[in-house]
Amino acid sequence: MTIDAVAGDHAESPMISAARLVAPIVMGYLPVGVAYGVLAQQAGLSMLNTVLMSVLVYAGSAQLIAVALFAAGVSPWSIIATTFVVNLRHLLMSASLAPNLKSWRKWELALFSYQVTDESFAVHSARFARGDRNKATGFAINYIAQVSWVLASFVGFVAGASIPRVEPLGIDYALPAMFIALLVMQTKNRLHVLVAGFTGLAAICLIRAGADQWSVILATVMGATFGAGVETWTKR
Amino acid sequence: MDQTVVFLTFLGMLAVTYVPRMAPMVALASKSLPEPVVRWLSYVPVSVLSAMLFPSLLLDDREFDFSPDNFFLWAAVPAFLLAWRTRSFFGTVALGMALVAGGRYFFE
Repeated sequence: MTIDAVAGDHAESPMISAARLVAPIVMGYLPVGVAYGVLAQQAGLSMLNTVLMSVLVYAGSAQLIAVALFAAGVSPWSIIATTFVVNLRHLLMSASLAPNLKSWRKWELALFSYQVTDESFAVHSARFARGDRNKATGFAINYIAQVSWVLASFVGFVAGASIPRVEPLGIDYALPAMFIALLVMQTKNRLHVLVAGFTGLAAICLIRAGADQWSVILATVMGATFGAGVETWTKR
Repeated sequence: MDQTVVFLTFLGMLAVTYVPRMAPMVALASKSLPEPVVRWLSYVPVSVLSAMLFPSLLLDDREFDFSPDNFFLWAAVPAFLLAWRTRSFFGTVALGMALVAGGRYFFE
């Protein structure tokens, strides 16, 4: 499949295109979801709670951090506050998807936004950039992704550390490689290249300065401001 | 570990995760936003992807890692080239995974 085909501008059913787009997400979620399940079991969460966190919260890095905090006996309020900070970047993702969803009903938006993750956002923003706003494709991508995450959490809890390592297959590179493809796809001019470099550097500086949990949201605000600023300035 | 407390903590986590995911979309989707806002938002996808991707390729535990066994970084170079030249979504993912798997098989 070519990146242009992501638009669905060739004759492909919404479900086929969803299956193709969600495949790298599933490959990425399965090993991380299993790892989460293993750690949750070791931290002392019940099987029901392990699965429920994947159903209710559905946020990879926040869930892994929360499990570590539960294991360390950190207070619920601190865990909730940490989750808020770690997941705040979705605010910007949600806002940037919004202009593409004008015809959607409020309840559809409320349902769709529940499953905005880094990965589903990346795929949807790339689809929208290509003009594919098919609702069925959007929901199918979201549900397949979350179901794979929930199932992986369960398998990790039950199978524990007896699951074979997937590193030899390179599966842990599915998501970085997918981000590379989706980033290239949305880089349409030199200013976008500049913004990508600027934001990447900003995120690296923030992490090196110790602001790990704020790095994505702060770097994104800086990058978008830089891009919009340069565009405004050069157009005058 | 008190599983009821764990569950109640989830409800708090659900609230602080769902509201930022939902509120902007529900509030903004039906509005026609001012042009500068639309312009600013148009740079969010490229920015957010870069902010997540580049540190994962270049940093290891907050330090730059340009060592030969940073397979994530070296696999990214051909993956970027392939994505740019062929626009192939699947090809990029497959090449990246194959290179990381190959690197580990031959050099680890």
